[in-house]
Amino acid sequence: MEAFNLFVSNHIIEIYVLLLAIFLGFELISRVPTVLHTPLMSGTNAISGVVTLGGVILVRSADSADYLALGLGSLSIVLGMINVVGGYAVTDRMLKMFKKEKK
Amino acid sequence: MTGIVSILYMVAVFCFAIGIRMLRQPKSAKQGNLISLAGMLIGIVGALIQPLGEVDNNYIWIAAAMLLGTMIGWPLAQKVKMTAMPQLVAMFNGLGGASATTLGIVELMKVSAETPGGSIAVSILALIIGGISFTGSVLAYLKLEGTLRKQWVVPMHNFWNLLILVGMVVIGAIMVVQGSVNIPLLLGLVVLALFYGVFFVFPIGGADMPVVISLLNSLTGLSAAAAGAIYDNKTMLIGGILVGASGTILTLLMCQAMNRSLWNVILAGKFKAGSGAGGGTDQVMKEITKPDAAILLQYSKNVIVIPGYGLAVSQAQKTVKELDDLLNSMDVEVKYAIHPVAGRMPGHMNVLLAEADVPYEKLLDLDDANAALKDTDVVLIIGANDVVNPSANDDPSSPIYGMPILNATDAKHIIVMKRGRGTGYSGIENPLFFHDKTQLYFGDAKASLQEITEELKENA
Repeated sequence: MEAFNLFVSNHIIEIYVLLLAIFLGFELISRVPTVLHTPLMSGTNAISGVVTLGGVILVRSADSADYLALGLGSLSIVLGMINVVGGYAVTDRMLKMFKKEKK
Repeated sequence: MTGIVSILYMVAVFCFAIGIRMLRQPKSAKQGNLISLAGMLIGIVGALIQPLGEVDNNYIWIAAAMLLGTMIGWPLAQKVKMTAMPQLVAMFNGLGGASATTLGIVELMKVSAETPGGSIAVSILALIIGGISFTGSVLAYLKLEGTLRKQWVVPMHNFWNLLILVGMVVIGAIMVVQGSVNIPLLLGLVVLALFYGVFFVFPIGGADMPVVISLLNSLTGLSAAAAGAIYDNKTMLIGGILVGASGTILTLLMCQAMNRSLWNVILAGKFKAGSGAGGGTDQVMKEITKPDAAILLQYSKNVIVIPGYGLAVSQAQKTVKELDDLLNSMDVEVKYAIHPVAGRMPGHMNVLLAEADVPYEKLLDLDDANAALKDTDVVLIIGANDVVNPSANDDPSSPIYGMPILNATDAKHIIVMKRGRGTGYSGIENPLFFHDKTQLYFGDAKASLQEITEELKENA
């Protein structure tokens, strides 16, 4: 119980942020036309590439002689970057095709 | 510097939220995607300059890794055909998951006596969720490519499912409680997570893949959020949660479109090849010849096209537009009925038809289309199957019973373009093909459409 109380009071901001973010995510997606389901899925998929930031912080903090951490950290950056670059580019290509309606 | 970095991270989060918001409308979608991209770049800059104390930085490694990732991701995105889009999104999604898993592994290897239990727990979460998403996405990719068409269910599938989950929780709990990580436990955790992804997606049929990809997408978001908790990085945390939450809603919307619950899709076993009535009967399929098909279309008042995956496979979207224009010049009104789960991804057909310059207002959604079909002369079904299967309305033994469909039989005539006589991707028998009103035109969708277009040109 003590540990739980300590955890909650130390992380109360994070808990608020988490709950509000969940709420925001739900709200943002309600009422989307089917036309945009695929681009939306692909666009949010690109956002999950934020995991790259973690890779960057990991590699920066790693000891420059610790090749295992450097190697795996760089691998996570490569994978994350493919997700970011590919995800945004593919979404952009899809959306380019939605031209203005013809009069 | 800390202040600047915090603001950069905050701006990045807002860009994500605004970007997703703008992706909701066709007019602003393209800009929304660019704003979200800007947020990502700002976030990366933040991670590059964030003060971390006395560290080695290793910028060379980072630059090389980023360059390599860009060099792989960019050409993949540029070269892919519009029809193979769902697979590619699944693949990108899986790599994001793999990235989170890798981070989790490295962080767990670094665990020491001072590491708080909370940090160990979030590293474990990132590893597990990312791993499931990785192998699950790879499997979804293979299923969509058609490389893998089998789906087996081992006896007591749900029991094993649960057992693996419990196994992962137990290993995780041991690590947190002991406050230490040894290599066998870590390896065990990785193997279980990777295996679970395979096990989870394998029994799910091809027809349900759109739902699975959307679900995996939200899992990858959650794994990114867990990784964000490791580094106490708000951009990762909120960005990941946004993806997780919005992905969950999108998944539920898709299930709604099929009138099934998410559990029903995941717990699977429902879609089994060859099940459902109609198989093995002595009914015959009526074929229609090229001139007959052309004349039927030419002398009708209006035509509704129901596209399916067959249209995508044969890249027939431009050809169908050509036929559409030709019929228009003959005063035949052409519209398109889009089922929410036609193709391999929601909105798949919309994207393809948009590529061929078919204007939005010609695309009817499920309800509008069913209303319009009652007053339609000819319905032209191009490579669609389950979404027009009347068993969904009237055959409780069919695996898709209860799914809302496009009621093609309400129209006066039905022409079905189909590659062969088989049951197609989901393996479910479709009585529509044997219906009184139905006439079949066998062949590749694009070639068939071209033949009919040529014939119409000669008649004109």
